[in-house]
Amino acid sequence: MTILLDVADVSKLFPVGGGPGPLARFKRRYSGGPEKLPKVYAVDDVSFTINKGETVGLVGESGCGKSTLVRALTRLVDVSDGSIKLGSRELSLKPSRVFARDRDRARIQMVFQDAGESVNPRFTAFDAIADPLRRLRKMHGKALTERVEIVASQCGLPLPFLSRYPHQLSGGQRARVGIARAIAVEPELLVLDEPTAALDVSVQVVILQLLQRLKKEFGMSYLFVSHDLSVVRLLCDRVLVMYLGKIVESGPAAEVFEHPLHPYTQALVAAVPRLHENGGGRLRLTGEPRSPIDPDPNVCRFYGRCPLSAAMCKTTMPKLRSFGPRQVACHFAEEFLLVPKA
Amino acid sequence: MTDIAATPRRDAALTALVRHARYVIAENPVTGFAFVLFVLIVLAAILGPDIVPYNPLTSDTTQALKPPSAHHWFGTDQLGRDVFSRVIVATRLDFFIAVASVALVFLMGGLAGVAAGFFGGWTDRVVGRIADTIMAFPLFVLAMGIVAALGNTVQNIVLATAIVNFPLYARIARAEANVRREAGFVEAARLSGNSDWRILAFQILPNVFPIMVVQMSLTMGYAILNAAGLSFIGLGVRPPTPEWGIMVAEGAAFMVSGEWWNAFFPGLALMVAVFCFNLLGDGLRDMVDPRRRT
Amino acid sequence: MTTAVPALSVEGLSVDFRTRSGIVRALDNVSFAVDKGETIALVGESGSGKSVTAYAVMGILDPAGKITAGRAMLGGLDLLAAKPNQLADVRGREIAMIFQNPRTALNPIRPVGRQIADVLIRHGNVPRRDAPDQAIDMLRAVGITDPARRAKAYPFEMSGGMCQRVMIAIALAAKPSLLIADEPTTGLDVTTQAVIMDLVNDLAKEMGMATIFITHDLALAGQRSARIVVMHAGHVVENAPTEELFKHPRHPYTAELIAATPDAAASLDELASIPGALPDLRRTDLPPCRYSERCPRKIDACVQPLPRSTSASGHMVACWNPLPERIANAPTESAA
Repeated sequence: MTILLDVADVSKLFPVGGGPGPLARFKRRYSGGPEKLPKVYAVDDVSFTINKGETVGLVGESGCGKSTLVRALTRLVDVSDGSIKLGSRELSLKPSRVFARDRDRARIQMVFQDAGESVNPRFTAFDAIADPLRRLRKMHGKALTERVEIVASQCGLPLPFLSRYPHQLSGGQRARVGIARAIAVEPELLVLDEPTAALDVSVQVVILQLLQRLKKEFGMSYLFVSHDLSVVRLLCDRVLVMYLGKIVESGPAAEVFEHPLHPYTQALVAAVPRLHENGGGRLRLTGEPRSPIDPDPNVCRFYGRCPLSAAMCKTTMPKLRSFGPRQVACHFAEEFLLVPKA
Repeated sequence: MTDIAATPRRDAALTALVRHARYVIAENPVTGFAFVLFVLIVLAAILGPDIVPYNPLTSDTTQALKPPSAHHWFGTDQLGRDVFSRVIVATRLDFFIAVASVALVFLMGGLAGVAAGFFGGWTDRVVGRIADTIMAFPLFVLAMGIVAALGNTVQNIVLATAIVNFPLYARIARAEANVRREAGFVEAARLSGNSDWRILAFQILPNVFPIMVVQMSLTMGYAILNAAGLSFIGLGVRPPTPEWGIMVAEGAAFMVSGEWWNAFFPGLALMVAVFCFNLLGDGLRDMVDPRRRT
Repeated sequence: MTTAVPALSVEGLSVDFRTRSGIVRALDNVSFAVDKGETIALVGESGSGKSVTAYAVMGILDPAGKITAGRAMLGGLDLLAAKPNQLADVRGREIAMIFQNPRTALNPIRPVGRQIADVLIRHGNVPRRDAPDQAIDMLRAVGITDPARRAKAYPFEMSGGMCQRVMIAIALAAKPSLLIADEPTTGLDVTTQAVIMDLVNDLAKEMGMATIFITHDLALAGQRSARIVVMHAGHVVENAPTEELFKHPRHPYTAELIAATPDAAASLDELASIPGALPDLRRTDLPPCRYSERCPRKIDACVQPLPRSTSASGHMVACWNPLPERIANAPTESAA
């Protein structure tokens, strides 16, 4: 398996409240030395890889940092620390402001959650799909039209719909436009940010099957971000679980869901409503997550909410440890490993 | 084979616009009326000098101060010039002032505002301070000052009107750009290889423009009033150029002695034009703002 | 089904909406009942009319909507025919509703404790000076820590999950006999969703309150309710106890819906999509069965007005050619 994307020790910090203005910075310089500003650790020391042709799922709840991580990977935002290597190219070196004009821009593309929001309301479907082709492949005229039509057909969008505006299309059709636009420039890595969250369940099926088909046809790798564990289980080879900026567990998707090792993953899986179970496990998380602002580097992020919450968890941050294909960041991972499958 | 998808796209856009325009006008007869009036004003501006019965500049003191009659529909002024002809011909100048001011302020204020809203940081601060400085003055006094300093020409009247309206346009444009800065389609445009300037020009501006159009039609009315006001106090257009404001100014002196038609008809024209632009603005807002659509 | 008087009985409800492009027949002859203390789910995709049903019953339909037929009997009162002051008395006291977006349902400029106290005073017959303390008790009951301090907070100072709890506290303050929950957890994290649903279930059991739970998530509905009412394009197509519905779905749409739920399949290829699309509800030539045009089991009889057959076990299906009763097993049953 060749590695397509190699993410190493990536962190993204945001100053709290948008940072001080010039006057405050001026004052600080004269009141004696740079004090440490409070920062939100949106993404904290994250490392993982994506292989060629793989579908990796990224799950986590609101505030876990997956949106920030995704924006860092797609170079819409700069990282505070760490490296992002696509093939042999180190992407983090070039600032995101100018990355739009980079020759490798087309290699990573993204499908957004709400296609209605992510297509300019003044653009027709044709314009939306043609935009990356015009800018990144310098296509125009007949060649451009042909390419747009081919891509639209591949995504199951009937050609007459190309002249429509987003508000004239159904949810499923808009989703197809978003996908067509993303694959038009033949990316190697496609990041999908909850692409079916806004769709009815019957439309979701069709779109997921389309994504599966496209992946096989074009040999792309997917990073599939979702909060819907059932969908991730179906579509993904591997899954990464994030909590408060850190990866707490990773492994083959089916295994992680059937036999979660990290207490947070266990609570997550227990909370998902299943069709053929009644009531569900009563493994419930109480309280609110810890603050992401200047977190103590020695305290496990899950401490306090975790049902285990031992003394060790307060003094040593658990590292992401490997157990075969699985990785877990918990001091008690071994105990869960030994527990037979439910 | 030409760009086949482009033609149906343009046609689709046009038919949708026409259909919606028809709906708005049908639902709101007042807008329809304002639109008709607008067309008449434009026609008067374009064709005015060619269709009026008398030369607006020719004076004939034997015919001075005649009340409205079959020969002179609006009467004559103190120099024997036909008031009707002068009012119609003045339409061209006043309309030009309105359009030019609005175009200038849209370019200046719109671009500055959009850049401020999109980039934030220092751009935002600088544009904000410029707008604050302008707003610190009573607007008409500022216009007077600009024209007095630079000279009584039509160009300076246009410039003064544009400057005075700058803060309003900058503010509207900035708010709209700010809202759209984080929109999904902006991020998608970055992924598609658009630089920040392209995004500003091709993604943000087209979305901001419809809202500005509403404001622009309202500003047209204001521009005419501004020019009229400046002319009234002698800082505007110079005689003998026919312009509604000057005509009102000169005619006002005669109101007391009973020759009302000198000031009344240009004043009426002013009122009708401003009224028409305001109504049109309302109608345009209904057309453009999707939230107001039922 | 018991023979006792149900908490709410909706009979033959039909609702039309006047729009620019025609009249939308949003609901057609919708009937179902909720027993006292029972939790049922109203399940359907977008456009099925499930929210419209709730809004019609509560009397808060959009002004463009008109109730063209039907009754909604709450105790002895027909909610659809009641006078505004009768409705005002009943809302909050006997029947309450919680919504999808708590931030829009809460008053942003009033502390949350006061909002709960308002309900207590108006509907709970609580004297004015006792209301603030009881409001704090309600906050505690819905699981908000440090309730005395939080009672003075404004909605914008609280997280989404906490706002949802406050909304539940407001709804349950006067101990209504029926709660309607319109997609209360859509948009919340799945762990928060579980906690909120636990809360609603527990409180309902404690108070003997009936609940109508509206959702598009079939699995969630199945987990939390004793009975499921499936809606499609403004019709009730099936109504059965939960386990019965999942094991033996009789209406073709229900079967397809189950088959399209990701949880039901072991692999992506197994997932089935529902053929066709929702019919345009503005049409004047809508067939009596609104699913017939996309139904794989359509027969000649399907052009007749819908039958409504109810089995002895309380399983209602509105179909001329339903799936056979005992043979339609869900495919994953054997993989236990």
